[in-house]
Formats: sequence, C-alpha cells, structure tokens
Amino acid sequence: MIYALLFWEFFKIGLTAIGGGMVTIPFLLDLADKYDWYTKGELMDMIAISESTPGPIGVNMATYAGYNTAGIWGGIVATLGLVLPSLVVIILIAKYLFAKEEGGFLRQALFGIRPAVLALILFAGWELARLSLINWQSVLIAIVSFGLIRWLKWHPIVYICLAAVIGIVFEL
Amino acid sequence: MKMLWDLFFSFFKVGLFTFGGGAAMLPLLQAEFVERRKWVTDSELMDFYSIGQCTPGIIAINTATFVGYKKQGKIGAIAATLGIVTPSIIIILLVASILSKYMHNPYVIHAFAGIRIVVVALILDAVVRLWKQGVKGRFGWGMFALSLLLLVAAGLSPVMIVIVAGVAGYAFQLYLRRKRS
Repeated sequence: MIYALLFWEFFKIGLTAIGGGMVTIPFLLDLADKYDWYTKGELMDMIAISESTPGPIGVNMATYAGYNTAGIWGGIVATLGLVLPSLVVIILIAKYLFAKEEGGFLRQALFGIRPAVLALILFAGWELARLSLINWQSVLIAIVSFGLIRWLKWHPIVYICLAAVIGIVFEL
Repeated sequence: MKMLWDLFFSFFKVGLFTFGGGAAMLPLLQAEFVERRKWVTDSELMDFYSIGQCTPGIIAINTATFVGYKKQGKIGAIAATLGIVTPSIIIILLVASILSKYMHNPYVIHAFAGIRIVVVALILDAVVRLWKQGVKGRFGWGMFALSLLLLVAAGLSPVMIVIVAGVAGYAFQLYLRRKRS
C-alpha cells in the first residue's frame, strides 16, 4: 500500500518539520535514503521547481515528491498527509489562543528545536552539494551565486533561471 | 456556506500568487484579509504568523488554518487550508507531468545541472537567514553542534533529532526558570 505509506511518511514530516518550507528538505532527503521513491538529484530538481512555481514551497515539494513516487494520487495523498498535523495542532492551539492563553510548552521546546533544525538543513545542503559541486567550475558558480543571493536578495526564481541558462550555455 | 466558499476562494488566491511561501506570503495575507475583507486585524495576523512559525507544519498552512478557524470554526479551518493547498497541487502536478516527458532532453539535462548548483546556494542562504532568530547564546550553539554530531556520527533520523532537541530545549528553559526563582 504505497498510498498509506506515503501518507504516513508525510504526516510525520508535517508533524516534525517546524519552521517552514526549507525545513522539510532534510526530511525529504531522509526519505530518498530510506526508499527508492526518488533520487537525491531528483530532490534538487524538486526544490528548484517548488521555489519557481506559485504556492508554499513545503506544499509544492510534498506534491512533487508524492507524484514522483506514485503518480497524481501520490501527489495528493502526500500533500494531505503533510497538511493534516498542522490542521489538528493549530485547531487545538487556536482554541486556547482565542481563550487568551498561550502554548508554553512548544515555545520552550522551540529553544532547542530551532538550532537543531538549522544543523539538519546545513547537513542536507552538504549532502546535496557533494552531488552537484563536482568540479571547480560548479564550485565557483555556487560561491558566486551564494554571494549574489546574499547581496542582491532577489527572488530565487531569478537565480534558478540564470543557472538554467548557464547550464545550457556551458553544457554543464 | 457562502462564508466557507469565500474562505476557500480567498486562500486559493493567496496560494496561487505566492512564490516561496512563509514570509513572501505575509503582504498578500495583509492585503486580502486585513485590508480588503477585514476578517482579522494586523496584530492578530502577526500572532498567527509567529505561532505558525513555531508549531509543526508549513507556516502558510498554519496561518490559513488560524484564519479559517477564527471565521468558521473547524470546518472553516479545513476550507481555508484546502484553499491554500489546491493551487500547488494543480500546478505542480501539471509541471511535473510535462517535465517528466522532457527529462531526457539534453537541454533540460544541462539546465538542471546548472540549477542544482544554485539550489545548494539557496539552501545555504536559508541557513544564514534563519540563524539570527534560531541560534541564541551558548545553549543554541551547543544544540546546533550536538545535532550535527548526532546526525553525522550516530546517524539519527531528522525526526528523532527534532524530538531530542525539543525535550532538551524544554528542560533547559525549566532549569533557567528554577534558577531564577
């Protein structure tokens, strides 16, 4: 039952990926290790396309990964799995919030989770870098694009399109 | 019923016109829900958004669920969430099915070879951006180093690391409070 497994895996991601779309990357990388649903290289394509299409990145990546695994229904099931924990948790919190109370436990747990999540993303970045930074040209492009991203702060689409052109022109 | 449809449709619009999610969505949410429809106030939206950042799940979905719940309870939350997710599902399925046909085209292969390099830079940029609000003081650095160690040396899964870090963060805050009192 691939659909049940997809739903369960993305449900877990929805429950533990705290802090937004990019945070789901290490979890998706973990799935690439665990199952043969998609390769790490395909994951990088999914990240780029999810950043360049409308909609929240996390949702886009879940739909894409689900589609790669099990077609259209796979995409839908993975997305619903990702969304369900949010729905349940927020409805529970909303009840307290509107009664003027605050979710104290999560706020304190977050003190430890935030730095841990950064370590997760950094390590995922390292694993993916080992796949795509294979010669000095690609390392140079990575350094220059990182500098431009930090300096100009344009939307990711711009860099992704530029990189596609560079890839075609220099036959990377 | 009309309200549910309004919730679905207005979040559908936000989902359709946001590129990137998270912070990129905030101005759209403000325009649609604070100024145009007056469903929530500015400060409520900021509250939803910051709670959405520190609760499980994608921030965009969390914020949608909050607004929907405020207007129409549980069913409203579901309507708003489905609204924000639907454009993603349609567009990604479309793009993915078209792209999968051209994945062996040499131009597409070269383009994605270039794109994969920039993806690494984008991930690194996300880490730098999140660092300021995420890593505070010696405890933050320690937690960061410990997570990296557990990941590399012990091969712990991301889910396990988040659980361990959450418990550690909670325990540290308890310890701080006890020391103060």
